[in-house]
Amino acid sequence: MQALTNRLKQVERKPMSLLERMYLPAIFKGMIITFGHMFKKRPTINYPEKTRPFSPVFRGLHILNRDEEGRENCTACGLCAVACPAEAITMEAAERKESETHLYREEKYAAKYEINMLRCIFCGLCEEACPKDAIYLSETFAPADYQRKQFIYKKEDLLIPNPITDPEGYKKAAGNRVQLNANK
Amino acid sequence: MLLAIDWLFILEKFALILIVVMGSLVIAMYATYAERKVAAILQDRRGPNRAGPFGLLQPVADGLKLFFKEEIIPDFSSKFLFILGPALAMLTAIMTGAIIPWGDKVQLFGRDIPLQIADIDVGVLYVFAVVSLGVYGIMIGSWASNNKYSLMGGMRAASQIISYELAMGITMIALILVTGNLSIKEMVLQQQHGWWNIFYQPFGFLIFLICAFAECNRTPFDLAEAESELVGGYHTEYSSMKLGFYLFAEYINMFVSSVIMSSLYFGGYDLLPFVDESKWGLSANWMALIGIAALMAKVVFFLFFFMWVRWTIPRFRYDQLMNLGWRVLIPLALINMLVTGGVILYLHK
Repeated sequence: MQALTNRLKQVERKPMSLLERMYLPAIFKGMIITFGHMFKKRPTINYPEKTRPFSPVFRGLHILNRDEEGRENCTACGLCAVACPAEAITMEAAERKESETHLYREEKYAAKYEINMLRCIFCGLCEEACPKDAIYLSETFAPADYQRKQFIYKKEDLLIPNPITDPEGYKKAAGNRVQLNANK
Repeated sequence: MLLAIDWLFILEKFALILIVVMGSLVIAMYATYAERKVAAILQDRRGPNRAGPFGLLQPVADGLKLFFKEEIIPDFSSKFLFILGPALAMLTAIMTGAIIPWGDKVQLFGRDIPLQIADIDVGVLYVFAVVSLGVYGIMIGSWASNNKYSLMGGMRAASQIISYELAMGITMIALILVTGNLSIKEMVLQQQHGWWNIFYQPFGFLIFLICAFAECNRTPFDLAEAESELVGGYHTEYSSMKLGFYLFAEYINMFVSSVIMSSLYFGGYDLLPFVDESKWGLSANWMALIGIAALMAKVVFFLFFFMWVRWTIPRFRYDQLMNLGWRVLIPLALINMLVTGGVILYLHK
């Protein structure tokens, strides 16, 4: 019969020699192998202290972006919600008042913006759909929680820190990804 | 009458007992840490490294956890024996430390204090007696649990220890033939200036070593708690610190058998073979310190060896274990004894 793979090995069934029956040489060999492992490199990464570098296209938790003046980019057009295959995004639009020009970039803004992280499949289609450069998938992932309702992320959870008042927080939250897209 | 008692003597022995018991408890504690660390290193992992620097507080955390765990005594167990089991295992494990010479002697307050709790003439027999008693702890605990897995584990432990005790005893006879006495202190003293007993009895040592593994219920002879077959073996029903006692007793046994192997075959507290350290002209206290350090170095090596073997060799099957004990080790030990006796007779030693 034709072998399926070429890895077939004939098993030897001849009785063991005296040396083999003593076991000790085999045990000694085994001990040397395990001892050798003491000097091998450990593949473990000490997680909370060190993190593995993410790929530049990693899709993690969403952030709602601001422009360089700290105004929210989102105009609540709803394209992300339409694009979302998991139907995880809901929003409510509101009209900007005169006094709010420093808060929102355009005349319409999202008064409510929620993403259900239990539904989200992190495909990144919302990011692709967004015409206003407003939503990005960052390099962090959703932490564990005790309650389901805690996984519905509100606008406050998603908004990026203000680049004017908290430039460091902004930079950290934006990561490589927002800059990468902004440059192009 | 009261004045005739040497109170300082009692005090010094009491202090020594306290140090030895505490010392072996602490070493057993850190043996659990070392076991996990060695296992991790041999398997390319990192091991405990969260509690304290390098995870050094891990055994303390483990101990605390065991103390605060719920203590479950099954309704169907016989309560007195159920409690007696782990207590006995712990007691016999600690008792062996009494006759071990930890060092030569220290001079404190103008007194020579030998670093040995009791130098009894039949030291080796005492060790065997106490180690054999150790199996009662396991047997009683497993019987009292009223659980079939426990009982099977206990039976395995008992038959295993009894079988290997024989081979161990016969190797011991060969060593006694060489040294000519039963006191461990005397045996160590004989090895101080010249050859260690390992050079006279290498084969005997090998058999002794294998038997020591079996006596301690260590892999490859850990059939008594074979977790893949018997749930937890003899301590299936145990929880809280009573389980801790069993696990602890195992590590103390490991420590004690390491000490005994070092004392009997590797010169005990002797730093180097063929060298007479007393000619270095160091004071007695320094010599004692060096001696203790030398003994501890040997013990640490043996403990590492125990762990190293555990993470290399898989467990024996039960019939293989019995075959090895009765049909290989005992005849070999007998041959070893006969050859040793013949050579001694020939040399008219």
